[in-house]
Amino acid sequence: MNRLFNIQSVIKKQVGWSNSRSFHSTSPNFMFEKILIANRGEIACRVMETCQKMGIKTVAIHSDVDKNAKHVQLADEAICVGPAPTSESYLNIEAIIEAIKMTGAQAVHPGYGFLSENAKFVKELEKIGVTFIGPGSYAMHALGDKIESKRIAKEAGVSVVPGFIGEVDGIDHVIKIANDIGYPVMVKASAGGGGKGMRICRNDEDVKIGFRLSKQEAKSSFGDDRMLIEKYIEHGRHIEIQILSDGDNALYFPERECSIQRRNQKVIEEAPSSFITPEVRERMGKEAAALANKVGYKSAGTVEFLVDSERNHYFLEMNTRLQVEHPITEEITKQDLVEHMIRVAYGEKLKIKQEDLKIHGWAMESRVYAEDPYRNFLPSIGRIKKYIRPSGTGVRIDGGIFEGAEISTYYDPLISKLITYGEDRKTAITRMKRALDEYFIEGVNHNVPFLRDVMENKDFMEGDINTSFIPQEYPEGFKGYNFTPKQIQSLSIAGVLLRFIEQHKSLTNSSNSNRTSSVSPDIVYIAKVGNVSSPLQFVPSEDGSNNKFFAQFLNEEGDAIKDSDVTVELVDSTPQFMKLKIGSSIHRFQIHKKGITSFTIQYHGTKIPVTVLSPEEDSLSKYMPVKKSVDNSNSLLSPMPGTVLSFAVKPGDKVVVGQELCIVEAMKMQNVLRAPRDCEIKSITVKPGQVVAVDEVLVEFK
Amino acid sequence: MLGRRLLNKTTLSILKQQTKTGSLVCSSKKCFSTTTTATKEPFKAVRIESQIDRVLGRIQEESDRAELGGGIKRIDAQHAKGKLLARERIELLLDEGSFREYDMLVTHRCQDFNVEKIPGDGVVTGHGTINGKLVFVFSQDSTVNGGSLSEAHAEKICKIMDKAMLVGAPVIGLNDSGGARIQEGIASLAGYAEVFQRNVMASGVIPQISVIMGPCAGGAVYSPAITDYIFMVKDTSYLFVTGPDVVKSVTNQEISQEGLGGAKVHTTKSGVAHLAFDNDIECLRKVREFVTLLPSNPNETAIREPFDSPSREDEVLDDIIPDDPNKPYDMKEVIERITDEGEFFEIQPDFAKNIIVGYGRMEGRTVGFVANQPKELAGCLDIDASVKAARFVRFCDCFNIPIVTLVDVPGFLPGTNQEHNGIIRHGAKLLYAYAEATVPKISIITRKAYGGAYDVMSSKHLRGDTNYSWPTGQVAVMGSKGAVEIIFRGKGDIKEQEQIYNDKFANPLPAARRGFIDDIIPPRLTRQYICEDLEMLKNKKLSNPAKKHGNIVL
Repeated sequence: MNRLFNIQSVIKKQVGWSNSRSFHSTSPNFMFEKILIANRGEIACRVMETCQKMGIKTVAIHSDVDKNAKHVQLADEAICVGPAPTSESYLNIEAIIEAIKMTGAQAVHPGYGFLSENAKFVKELEKIGVTFIGPGSYAMHALGDKIESKRIAKEAGVSVVPGFIGEVDGIDHVIKIANDIGYPVMVKASAGGGGKGMRICRNDEDVKIGFRLSKQEAKSSFGDDRMLIEKYIEHGRHIEIQILSDGDNALYFPERECSIQRRNQKVIEEAPSSFITPEVRERMGKEAAALANKVGYKSAGTVEFLVDSERNHYFLEMNTRLQVEHPITEEITKQDLVEHMIRVAYGEKLKIKQEDLKIHGWAMESRVYAEDPYRNFLPSIGRIKKYIRPSGTGVRIDGGIFEGAEISTYYDPLISKLITYGEDRKTAITRMKRALDEYFIEGVNHNVPFLRDVMENKDFMEGDINTSFIPQEYPEGFKGYNFTPKQIQSLSIAGVLLRFIEQHKSLTNSSNSNRTSSVSPDIVYIAKVGNVSSPLQFVPSEDGSNNKFFAQFLNEEGDAIKDSDVTVELVDSTPQFMKLKIGSSIHRFQIHKKGITSFTIQYHGTKIPVTVLSPEEDSLSKYMPVKKSVDNSNSLLSPMPGTVLSFAVKPGDKVVVGQELCIVEAMKMQNVLRAPRDCEIKSITVKPGQVVAVDEVLVEFK
Repeated sequence: MLGRRLLNKTTLSILKQQTKTGSLVCSSKKCFSTTTTATKEPFKAVRIESQIDRVLGRIQEESDRAELGGGIKRIDAQHAKGKLLARERIELLLDEGSFREYDMLVTHRCQDFNVEKIPGDGVVTGHGTINGKLVFVFSQDSTVNGGSLSEAHAEKICKIMDKAMLVGAPVIGLNDSGGARIQEGIASLAGYAEVFQRNVMASGVIPQISVIMGPCAGGAVYSPAITDYIFMVKDTSYLFVTGPDVVKSVTNQEISQEGLGGAKVHTTKSGVAHLAFDNDIECLRKVREFVTLLPSNPNETAIREPFDSPSREDEVLDDIIPDDPNKPYDMKEVIERITDEGEFFEIQPDFAKNIIVGYGRMEGRTVGFVANQPKELAGCLDIDASVKAARFVRFCDCFNIPIVTLVDVPGFLPGTNQEHNGIIRHGAKLLYAYAEATVPKISIITRKAYGGAYDVMSSKHLRGDTNYSWPTGQVAVMGSKGAVEIIFRGKGDIKEQEQIYNDKFANPLPAARRGFIDDIIPPRLTRQYICEDLEMLKNKKLSNPAKKHGNIVL
């Protein structure tokens, strides 16, 4: 079979692995021999890489739909722990314990999410003598609970956000407390994380809806619907401190700033923060370490703070696990956090000291999600048809998928984490731009256009950011990159060159090459980008080089516009990419779709169609009829694939704009769909519980 | 001749300016007088100059009238409908400056009913090149007598068809005609028949492509019908034997022209047309691309320089077949992962979607692909799919285009609808086409190859040259469920019996052991295998027994 498939998983995940060696046996080695990674996707791959580096064998667990996933292929062994839904597989403690027994793994790394902060799982592992790579169940329980942790933090001398320390229940109680604290407030699930089960509320009405939805989400995501409420600090910056402790002494790392968030989920992170002074850094670090020491913390963890414009910091919560954004800390401190976690879990003492954790350079992380930035970041599912990752100096990708992988509704839509590193912030940003330009993803919608746009945002570049950055900078939502006239010229050149190359290829046909006077490619074309039409003449360079041209923009009479000529060098060209040197600067274009008369080009992250016509086609195009697009305003379409949970209206109801119509759940997020205008409900075309596709009609209006 | 060409260019550009400004100025005669001054001799100077000038003037005048066609009013009307003029279409279709027109000054000979006489008589004919490939073309001008077909009009078409056959170059017909020239009566009908006869004679000799860019109704439809490919323009073209008025009077059914025979109907329902486009410009661009792909005659190999490595591996193919045998995947993606630069020119993409046919290049060589599409009707063969693929296979065989077949077929589609409409008769067409074909035939079984459908899909038994299977292939009489019911008659543990059957048959080994497949190949190397085999087979010589012609099951 190996001759035929490059997959080992087919063989290795056979059940009945006959390794009967007891996992209780004391090994003569000085490290674990085999670790099971109770996770999937990029983080499972990330942990496995360190295990491989340390010479530790790895065991992957997977659901049945993940059997060909990257983490399964990377692992030495793989065990299927159940069907696709996470509650039956990656959260299935019983099956995972069984997998540990089957494979003889001595320790478990939980990654983030799933069972990483599940005290019950830790207790089960303790029962069978298997090491959990993370804090003990006491610290996890105490800190994992947002209410409890706030209490402990206060005791440890950490400054905390004003709020009600305790669990809230009953809508009246919640509203009362909210009014006591003063709006805006944040309701959030005690067990929450990753933006799930939390909402910002600005008035009683918000609280009513937000409390209900967050509670439902918390229930389905964490199986724990206890809620808390606290003051929401507006325009604060989210800055967190990575700590690492061997149980005796906690070290703190330089901070990470994670202020670029949408729906309370981090999108772009960086380390260090451009806002933090050495004094504040030390103060926050010491408080974070004090908190860890207070509970005898033994592993890596993160203390999250909100920092206001006066650089006052407030404790938010402590995450007792490896964070998604840990790589940026690794990059600027040259440490392998996963290795430290494994060593500490094995019982080693930390060999590094606080003074070893200095800042070297700047790191930036973009979370690349399968989502539609043009439609309020709604999740996108599908098959990754083409996937080309960037590489090069200062670029790191922590990814868990490859070309051909399926992004399903079952799991987190994270495609990868793109990390860039450089000596300073500017270099990290420059490299991020290049990496995003070289990141080719086709098959699902993704947020690269948005990430790329942020990298050129003025406030972002100056480091002037806060947690409201996205709503402030994109009040109408993300609409795509705004191209300058100069960039439109570059796009025009790229489009014309693509057609020129295409024609050049066509002209290599045997009939033409056999002609005594063969036909050569046309050199004048009209490129249309949006409503800008540029006639362009392409002259091959005089030195006879095949990849050098002279591009001249023409006026309406067909004469060259003075000083418009520019040299164009084709540096690199594949079916997906074209790298041009226009004048003296390098431009990167991604070619996404070849239409009949147009190319869809991704430039500065945003896709835009460039129509390229010959002068004859251009002069005749005015006669071509304009085709009308279908008007769907008489219905509410599902903006994403998901499950309809409930309807708030029935046929015949009159609704006003913005009124809740129904809730669609996708990727464990509940999304309220609202009336787009004042209207009367004609009919409801689907039933609660029904799985719907993107653009499926949910409600029809009169 | 040189003078004429210059003249044509000049008047064309003047015409363009006129249509832009909306005013009409008589074109100059200066072209000719300047070219003739050199031949003047002082003796008899006056007489000769005036004589030749008079002739030249008349040539000029008639040429101008031919170029103008039906006049500004009708030109504007044509443009207002979103349609281009006959000459504008040719200009877009052919390489710049390559068009050589014939019979520009031909007029009709009808004496009755005062039919307007415009030189050219409603059709522009000639030859030119597309990406350097010689093609013959006729373009009907609906501004002249509605583009109706007169005896002279038909003669012009016949002339270029005869010439195209003589030199082995494709004929492209741009159809935009109201139908027969009623005023000419039977002479017009005779004209149609002359064209039909040539369409039939040219079939398999040169590729014939019909582009429908306006009305094409009644008997006129049978010329495109016989040609190899029909392209249509959405909303502005239609094809039907009897129009909405007749339909209304006979059946009392109200239907629009678009609903009766528009591009959508013919590319999705009837299968009459092969591709539909949004407008004239896009349609003609695609015709150019298509013609460049095709060989000009059976003796020519369509090849261009390769721009992709023949040994490019694609690991995604290793995982593309889902574990669940009932779960679909996109066979088109498989094709696009195999062909040069992932390019695939699909034919009839919206008709009988359960089978995919079209052209791709392998190392620069044009190859016909036939593939079952598991995403539609589980990839079953039905009447439409069989007929669609059969016609495609026969075209490839006519013009020596190698055929690559990707097989994932659970069988023929069951049902009374299929049986009563003659799936036996129609399914046999595909079998006949594959069996008769002598071009290089390569097949790859990606998953299911069940029952009679296995035999049909380019099997070893139908003279397949190389037959491969992926490890996921299952060559069997039927799927395990049905087979177990027959073998064990519902007794015993069905699950266990299915397992026994699957172990025995649901894999490529039984076929490999008998040599029905030549090898079980790694999916990621599929492209490499095909490229190597095409190279190996490029000089393949195989002929069928001498006969007048076979009797395909029509």
